[in-house]
Amino acid sequence: MPTATKAARSRSTGSALPRYLLRRLGTSIVLLFGVTLVTFVLTALVPGDPIAAALGEGAIQNEATVEAYRERYGMDRSLPERYLLYLLALVQGDLGTSIRTSRPVLEELSTALPATVEVAFAAIVVSLAVALVLGTIAACRAGKVSDQVVRVVSLVGLSVPTFWLAIMVYRLFFMQLGWAPGSGRLSPALNPPPRITGLYLVDFALDGDPVGFIDAAAHLVLPVVVLSLFTIGLLTRFIRSSVLEVLSTDYVRAARAKGLSSRRVIVGYLLRGASLPILTMVGVAFGALLSGTVLVEAVFAWPGLGTYAYYAAINLDLPAVMGVGLVVGVIYVVINLVVDLLYGVLDPRVRLG
Amino acid sequence: MSTVLSLTDLAVELGPKTARRQVVRGVTLDLVAGQIQGLAGESGSGKTVTAMAVLGLLPGSATVSGSVRMGTTELTTLRKRELNRVRGRRIAMIFQDPSASLHPQLSIGAQLTDHVRHHLGMKRKEARGRAAELLDRVKVPDPESALNRYPHQFSGGQRQRIAIAMALACEPEVLLADEPTTALDVTVQAGILHLLRDLVDERNLAVLLVTHDLGVMSAVADDVAVMRHGRLVESGARRQMFTDPQHPYTRQLLEAMPDAQESEIL
Repeated sequence: MPTATKAARSRSTGSALPRYLLRRLGTSIVLLFGVTLVTFVLTALVPGDPIAAALGEGAIQNEATVEAYRERYGMDRSLPERYLLYLLALVQGDLGTSIRTSRPVLEELSTALPATVEVAFAAIVVSLAVALVLGTIAACRAGKVSDQVVRVVSLVGLSVPTFWLAIMVYRLFFMQLGWAPGSGRLSPALNPPPRITGLYLVDFALDGDPVGFIDAAAHLVLPVVVLSLFTIGLLTRFIRSSVLEVLSTDYVRAARAKGLSSRRVIVGYLLRGASLPILTMVGVAFGALLSGTVLVEAVFAWPGLGTYAYYAAINLDLPAVMGVGLVVGVIYVVINLVVDLLYGVLDPRVRLG
Repeated sequence: MSTVLSLTDLAVELGPKTARRQVVRGVTLDLVAGQIQGLAGESGSGKTVTAMAVLGLLPGSATVSGSVRMGTTELTTLRKRELNRVRGRRIAMIFQDPSASLHPQLSIGAQLTDHVRHHLGMKRKEARGRAAELLDRVKVPDPESALNRYPHQFSGGQRQRIAIAMALACEPEVLLADEPTTALDVTVQAGILHLLRDLVDERNLAVLLVTHDLGVMSAVADDVAVMRHGRLVESGARRQMFTDPQHPYTRQLLEAMPDAQESEIL
């Protein structure tokens, strides 16, 4: 009997992570359905006449043209019908054709999204690294001068308007000092790398092209600086309070009583203990970075999702707007899934519970 | 009878600048190898702070005066790096609530070996072997697989056994036990106290047992000291303390204690 229970226990421990993973994946699929419904309904309800926007003042007078147009884009059908058609096309990887450019939305998004992912990912990595250091220092020296300095710095980061900062950074470091390039993803003299992931840094690295890699990295510097400042402020404050909470726990005191070095205590016990709330916040911040780069992209002429969304919106290019909405929704679902999975990796109570 | 650790006139001040309070006032105690020195007193009497002060675990704002001596080493003036060589290695500590003092996200194996590897320079495998032996010694069932499990998969009593194994991993000379049975069921308490007593005898440990529970005290302590408002009001051998208390406060404490608990626990 004892051996049987033991075997059962080790079996359940062994398969716990995959089962947890499957459960989360299932939830994500349901969520994705919700996302398609919301994007569809919101876009259908939006005020404004996309047909007028697309055809212009002259053509809209001609009823036959309008009718043909409505039929071509399926706008003569009922909403549920249109939704089903939309889903059916979606499953086949068809996000429709942009009214503005007459090109498939999927194709356009697949060039815009990696540009944004690249800059947002760089920003979240930089922000997290800086905020971990600042937040931990502030928490461990709560109330002292270094803590006060960090708190003021993070408050500044949170309060400075991003569009203003973008313009200032652009003028100072690009136009006046010329320290870093200020527009686009690459110098005009260079060709983009062969497309593998769409992320220039990765693709240049895979292609073994150091010149392109350095140039692409240099173009990332200013937008990343601007995007990071707010996120650093946000994460620093959050990490400070999370670490402060863990600092007074018995397990951190017990780790100190074991004579481990401060670094081991901080990394192995303190930050590990604070890792779950920090992870959640990083997920939220990363989502915000991916979907909130419009202003920064505009200033630095970055051909990403923000720029694409802006043009789609002002032209009432509904398929493109829906495409962007869907992508942003998918981004959040994916980030949440990844965060949940990392929860399972970091915390055995989640994984095995 | 060899004294391993001596506290002489130990005093601790805590609190913000404007409301500084002396919470330990002139405590003098000797811990002897192979003996359990009980430190009793009600909540807030300063007994836990006394134990923390020995290992320098109080917050940075605390001021500690007096002396904590181990052999020729004065602990109160040690630098952090040197103090870390004493912590866990020569003086170990167990805490009140084992579900709080074990890290919930780290496996038992990781928590039982990191300081062993750090202090004794053991390889991972060797340290795990020792950890499994210790778990076996403190009677945690199935020690090998226990190393791969996490604190939440054990009961409270087992967690405290694990915490004791963790404390003993580097074979310290002194063990500070801060209310080690307070968070546990009464039925589990006796087992932990038995274990503690056995380990003291077998390893010649010097133990400072901090507890507000005189029943626990009477069950395992060799000597008992009573603290009140940061001062020692009385100290001496257990038998004398329980049969012929001198200080009125000790008498008060004893009167408040339910009868016959002494015989019940052991």
